[in-house]
Amino acid sequence: MSEDRPGTIDAVPVRHPGRWVAIAVIVVLAAMFVHLLLTNDAFNWHFVFEAMFQSPVLNGLVMGTLLVTVLAMVVGVVFGVILAVMRLSDNPVLSWTAFLFTWFFRAVPRYVLLFIMGTLGILFPPPAGLGIGVPFGAQINDLLGMSGTWTFFSLDANNIFGGIIGGVIGLGLSEAAYMAEIARAGILSVDTGQREAACALGMSNRKAMWRIVLPQAMRVIVPPTGNETIAMVKDTSLLIAVPVSTELFFQLQSIGSRTYQTFPVAVAAVIWYLLICSVLMVVQSRLEARFGRGFGTSGPSDHGFRARMLSMVGGSK
Amino acid sequence: MSEAQVSDMPLVHAVNVHKSFHGVEVLKGIDIDVAAGEVVCLLGPSGSGKTTFLRCINQLETIQGGRIWVDGDLAGYTEKNGKLHRLGDSHIAAQRREIGMVFQRFNLFPHMTALENVMEAPIQVKGVRKREAKERALALLERVGLGERCDNYPAQLSGGQQQRVAIARALAMDPKLMLFDEPTSALDPELVGEVLSVMRELATGGMTMIVVTHEMGFAREVADRVVFMDAGIVVEQGPPNDVINNPQHERTQSFLSRIREENEDYAAALVERAEAEKL
Repeated sequence: MSEDRPGTIDAVPVRHPGRWVAIAVIVVLAAMFVHLLLTNDAFNWHFVFEAMFQSPVLNGLVMGTLLVTVLAMVVGVVFGVILAVMRLSDNPVLSWTAFLFTWFFRAVPRYVLLFIMGTLGILFPPPAGLGIGVPFGAQINDLLGMSGTWTFFSLDANNIFGGIIGGVIGLGLSEAAYMAEIARAGILSVDTGQREAACALGMSNRKAMWRIVLPQAMRVIVPPTGNETIAMVKDTSLLIAVPVSTELFFQLQSIGSRTYQTFPVAVAAVIWYLLICSVLMVVQSRLEARFGRGFGTSGPSDHGFRARMLSMVGGSK
Repeated sequence: MSEAQVSDMPLVHAVNVHKSFHGVEVLKGIDIDVAAGEVVCLLGPSGSGKTTFLRCINQLETIQGGRIWVDGDLAGYTEKNGKLHRLGDSHIAAQRREIGMVFQRFNLFPHMTALENVMEAPIQVKGVRKREAKERALALLERVGLGERCDNYPAQLSGGQQQRVAIARALAMDPKLMLFDEPTSALDPELVGEVLSVMRELATGGMTMIVVTHEMGFAREVADRVVFMDAGIVVEQGPPNDVINNPQHERTQSFLSRIREENEDYAAALVERAEAEKL
């Protein structure tokens, strides 16, 4: 009877003619694009690479684009997590303060925010400047009829808000508003049983948050934070609103307007931004693997950069 | 309360405990004493308040009325000049250190290995040195039969193994009292035995235990006393053989006969499945 039983399957696979058409179209378009890149003189590749490595451009890249991205993200993440914890607090004053902060900074466009930062100096005109001291010190003095000052030191507000620091504050606070929502979602994604288990072991609320809840929330927080960082790299090109001119795109643009080579400098900027974002994507996938420990049964290597790139191009086949 | 009374007090002394959720009264005046070394099983239909009462003992729920003393300490409050003052977070955390808890859904920390799960609280809460904590954790995992699996993450362990790690994690804090909240209810039937045997061994070792369970066999065999709860009150309590074999109250009787029927149905289903597999 065994001859009658069906054996190994050797079937004709389903044909996908539509895919072959799509691939043909893509190949032709890609060839046209490469041809354009190589033969069109407007690209002026020699000039592109020369512009990319001019010292004001490199200075702008490091001081403006990269440093401001790092500092603004640090400000954003730190304030964002604090805001998220405040937002989830039982205390209505804390949670409303966090809500109002988020409301304001999400509503104001970054370019406008940076412009405002540059003009904030007008609120604290010299010689008094921005004083650090006892709140309402002058009013208390008046009330009690005393003389002297309760201000410990004062700063030139135009210096503070008008430069890179203003840019970092503006971008950082704006980022904090977004990070607060991301961190809040992350914290809420952790099962309440985790906090209960930590408390049952005798951990204080703070310790349970820090050791148990936040590390697990990171798994949800890291991927959107990577996207935010990449978005921040690009938003540093808005720094000119402050105005901060030590910044990649402004420097390239000014080379362009001096030499009338406006298109090649734009290409140079695109290449720099592509390079930075590629590096950040690698860093992001490493972080995701680190904070994804214990989730899913397969090792972190399967979920790395390669897998994600493959999923971006639509599966491994 | 005078010193003499405190020393005479049972390890857990709950008096007139009331608890409501959004106006619905779940505990309506519970009085339960548990002596040191005693194993008490809380039985009762779901919604009877037994899990809520267990969670009140280590203050995962705050009670609205009555008092609970654990090892002579009033849970959640201090009494000054006849007035109760709510304790702060760190004091409540300190009270919970004495009490181990095992959850129905295990609640292991998924981002830590089995070993790290067991080491975490001694290091973070008691300030035990890492090396000592590791030695102790390995010994505890050995004791629950999981010495081999200490580097596995919870997701890589079966439910029964996860629950045994959870027991080791609670024991690592050297608790005076262990609370078990339906520790086998989330397990596949064939994994229930391994968890119960760890608990049995713990009971034999003299640990004070309060166990919310539907495992009548375990209650009958291991418990010194069973407490039957229904609709937020204690209906009856006593030695397991008296309460389970010869219940006095009608509510206890109907609950136990329902459990028995379910067990019979389950046994019948098992037999049916075995026969189906044979065919």
